[in-house]
Amino acid sequence: MTIDLEPSTARPERTVPAPLVITRDYSTPDRIYRAGVRISGAGVFLLLVVIGFFLAWSGYPAFQQAGWKFFTRSGFQTLGAHPTFGVLASIVGTVEVAVVAMLVGAPIAIATALFLSEYAPLKTRRTLIAMIDLAAAIPSIIFGLWAVFELQPNVVGFSTWLSRHLDFIPFFKVVSPPLNASIFIAGLVVGIMIVPIVASICREVFSLAPAGEREAALALGASRWQMIRTVVLPFGRGGMVGAVMLGLGRALEETIAVSIILGGSFTVTAHILQHGGSTISQLIAINFGSGGKLGLQDLLLCGFVLFILTLVINLAASAIVNNSRSGAGVDL
Amino acid sequence: MTPETTTAIVADGVLSAGGQDSVGTFEHRKGGETSDIMPPDAATPQPPPLPPRRLPSPIRPSAFGAQDVLILVAAAMSSLCLVWVVFYQLTSLSGGVGFLVCWYVGFVVLTWIATAQVIERQVATDRVVAVIVVSAALLIVAIVVFIVLWVCYKAIPSIHWGSLFTKDQKSFVVTDPHALDQVGVVHAIIGTFEQVLVAVLIGVPFAVATAVYLNEVKGWGVKTVRTVVTAMSGTPSVVAGIFIYSMLILTHVLTYSGFAASLALVVILLPSVTRVVEEVLRVVPSGLREASLALGAPEWRTVWSVVLPTARSGVVTAVLLGIARIVGETAPLLFTAFGSQVMNWKGYFNHDQGALPLVIFSDVRQAQPVLINLAFQAAFVLMAIVLVLFVLARIFSRPKGKNGKRRKARPDDDDLMARMFVPIPIEQNEETR
Repeated sequence: MTIDLEPSTARPERTVPAPLVITRDYSTPDRIYRAGVRISGAGVFLLLVVIGFFLAWSGYPAFQQAGWKFFTRSGFQTLGAHPTFGVLASIVGTVEVAVVAMLVGAPIAIATALFLSEYAPLKTRRTLIAMIDLAAAIPSIIFGLWAVFELQPNVVGFSTWLSRHLDFIPFFKVVSPPLNASIFIAGLVVGIMIVPIVASICREVFSLAPAGEREAALALGASRWQMIRTVVLPFGRGGMVGAVMLGLGRALEETIAVSIILGGSFTVTAHILQHGGSTISQLIAINFGSGGKLGLQDLLLCGFVLFILTLVINLAASAIVNNSRSGAGVDL
Repeated sequence: MTPETTTAIVADGVLSAGGQDSVGTFEHRKGGETSDIMPPDAATPQPPPLPPRRLPSPIRPSAFGAQDVLILVAAAMSSLCLVWVVFYQLTSLSGGVGFLVCWYVGFVVLTWIATAQVIERQVATDRVVAVIVVSAALLIVAIVVFIVLWVCYKAIPSIHWGSLFTKDQKSFVVTDPHALDQVGVVHAIIGTFEQVLVAVLIGVPFAVATAVYLNEVKGWGVKTVRTVVTAMSGTPSVVAGIFIYSMLILTHVLTYSGFAASLALVVILLPSVTRVVEEVLRVVPSGLREASLALGAPEWRTVWSVVLPTARSGVVTAVLLGIARIVGETAPLLFTAFGSQVMNWKGYFNHDQGALPLVIFSDVRQAQPVLINLAFQAAFVLMAIVLVLFVLARIFSRPKGKNGKRRKARPDDDDLMARMFVPIPIEQNEETR
């Protein structure tokens, strides 16, 4: 077979039609529609900026008054000639509540997620997921009620026992006796409240562990736990960290359940079992309207601190979850 | 392996792995030292046949028989006795929770020891993990069921149905034993209703439009807006309250009012609903959009008549869950609605208003038993509203199929409520399902 490599000069020259230029010429209604949804998108962006701006702007006078000592002092004494106020004890309390909540909630949540994704029979799984999701739907004020009336009376005995027998650990030491309304109890409730949230994300991450590797592990004779330990957990590690951080963000912001429980005091303390303690959101909710103009500015500044704190944690956590879902950070 | 066979295999294109050839190749790769896989026709003399070895019967960790139940029961009982003796008798523990915790630890440890003794250590670990995992899930389910029933138990015996939904908290005689039929929470129900209704009317169109922007219009700003939505859905609810307070009430644009409360609730509702709606829009098949556009429909028509109706059930679910979330929010209302003892549905725009969560929050700290009872009744009403919304949302989360029935549930569309609280990012690369 021969191929004529020379183009035949006898052929008539084809005129190539000019390519059709596709213009995006939107009609007027379309322009209005596009502008409309763009504006709402920009509105959300603006809203976040405005929230930050107004909190900072209205809280700034308090910062002028206290300076950087705002972060190193504690108290809410804003009336009178020599106001002293600060957020240190509340920040410490917030962290303590969140840590207790994570220590209680994260293991339960991860175990629950494992149960739902690996152990639960298919028929009951749906019901169980609904029940656990319902825990997220119960308003936090009802959790608070339950904690004050039912949980607290039962936990105080446990706290007493901890403080009596484990007081060589500084956290369990008790200096001033009443053991109700403590950071420990508040953390316990918040820990229960974050379980459905953390479990929900962990469950999704676990279910993304590849079926091939699971089956390979089982085929090699691994028991279910060995399969989970060698396949599911390593694959889900990043997602678990992100999920726990998202739970942490939720634990930091919880207001009402904590406000109902906590005794409220402005001493920086590591003794989480005893009465007292405060968190930033509890400080805002309880003292609103009681400290005059300066008190109000103080609270707005506290709100700004909380806002920035949760913003940073949530953004970092969701970035981690997103990365882990796309498969990054997994060695194969 | 002869050259002829090699060519034959290549020519046929068959990569068979059987017969003497492959055995020979294998042996060659192993260096020819592994004599026990030599074919039987090899020159070496046959070793005398080994006596048949009895394989141990396989241990199946997943098998769960009468023996395993017995181990669990025995561990539970012995842990109970042990903990009772050690803690009540020797170290004087008190309180149900402490006893339960110690009993549980004892139970897990004893289960491990017993299973390791009776069966095997690896089985013991597997079994103990299963026990822990099951009990964690059961614990949460038990707490949820307990809270729901507990609120009913505390509220229902003292409810005066006649007054609860018709009277407010204006006045009652403290000493009167029948004071409960002089008070009710109708002011709070109406207040909550107005506040949530307006919040939904403002927030949902805003949220849907933003979701449409993120998923249908797109453009250079999408990434930023998506990050902002993610960031905002973690905004503390107390911050939403003091933000509205500082922006509108402190500057005398508004007074304490239901409307201010609605705006604060919008701040909470908006990002949550936006995220869920965007995820719903994402799974609308793009073929539908393209078909509509190819038929000449303008974009707005495509979104309005094709995309949104297709996603209707998902949007309804998102809205219902959003309502379920904001209806119980207390913290933002403290700074905006402020709370009131009396019915004033007309004062929505210019007067402080009651709300169900506020009634609970303020009354439960009062001294009068009447008010504490009223707080529990308000909690009961609030819980009932949330439960109804939750159930409705679950029904709507399953869109109707072609036969008019709702499709069967998928295992992964069931915990949407948890997603209303945390800024879970939406996957950007691929379809979520």
